[in-house]
Amino acid sequence: MPSQSSLIGSSSAADWLALLKPRVMTLVVFTGWMGMLVAPGHLNPVLAFTAVLCIAVAAGASGAINMWYDRDIDAVMRRTVNRPIPGGRIAPGEALGFGVALAIGSVIIMGLATNVFAALALAGSIGFYVFIYTMWLKRRTPQNIVIGGAAGAFPPLIGWAAVTGGLDVMPVLLFAIVFIWTPPHFWSLALFAHSDYARAGVPMLPVVKGARETRRQIVLYTLLLLPLTVQPWVLHLTGMIYGLTAVVLGAGFLVHVIRVARDRQDAAGVSLTNDAPARAAFKFSILYLFLLFAALAVDHFAR
Amino acid sequence: MTDPETHLTVAESDLVARRRRGRNWAMFAVLAALAALFYAIAIVKMRHS
Repeated sequence: MPSQSSLIGSSSAADWLALLKPRVMTLVVFTGWMGMLVAPGHLNPVLAFTAVLCIAVAAGASGAINMWYDRDIDAVMRRTVNRPIPGGRIAPGEALGFGVALAIGSVIIMGLATNVFAALALAGSIGFYVFIYTMWLKRRTPQNIVIGGAAGAFPPLIGWAAVTGGLDVMPVLLFAIVFIWTPPHFWSLALFAHSDYARAGVPMLPVVKGARETRRQIVLYTLLLLPLTVQPWVLHLTGMIYGLTAVVLGAGFLVHVIRVARDRQDAAGVSLTNDAPARAAFKFSILYLFLLFAALAVDHFAR
Repeated sequence: MTDPETHLTVAESDLVARRRRGRNWAMFAVLAALAALFYAIAIVKMRHS
């Protein structure tokens, strides 16, 4: 007898929502919205809402296509085994169709509501996530999330483009900040989820190079991130509120990753604390990006 | 082709029907919201042109 949760054709609306990876969407929407807020110029609230909605739906569509492509990996990872496709509640082809329809729809509506450049940037972010990260890099190289991180860095740039119809130094800096933030964020997760990745054959850095090297690279990328986050202040693109917030948050992030590097470990580099510092660093990295971008908006309106 | 639902118990059949009803309402809500959004975009664009 089939289990109640896996009855064929018994997907609930919540299953379709889960295909959109709503938790990932939150950060994407927030950074896209902040990119829009700090851009010079004005966008009608209806069009601004539409632009944010398109960024959210495009991110969700990318997530749905990713779940379709990675359904074999998801089926063997504890963290993902209950997703709608491996759970048997949504057929793979349905998920693909859903994702592609939403991707095309979001790009067209972005173009109609704002401008062609923002729509092209949105299409680029979907293409990057699906083709470059999911299909090409993820299963081939431990640098997968370094290069693939660009996909998640697009939203503030798209938000800016939706208002201005072009690019400038500021959106490129915001792109770079999210891009460099991604490795320490994701590798912190990979440190405590590495057995899942190993079982699925995904060559994440801790699986290929070991936990010790991963901790070293987390610190290196964080050291790279901190001077980058103060650049908007140094270049007088923001004021002191953002600058000081970036310094304080950066110090907090650095403390967290140093704790990760100094985690008690055995000779092979395996954590003896159940990766407690990596779990804390992962949580803090999310808060860090939220607060950094929130400071950007507060600074913008306070100037 | 056999209908998979013919092999379901009453409880399972009810569950499938309930979830289908939920999907239909969700689809209705999405389409209504989309219609409202297109209307609002059209009004804004007409005012600006």
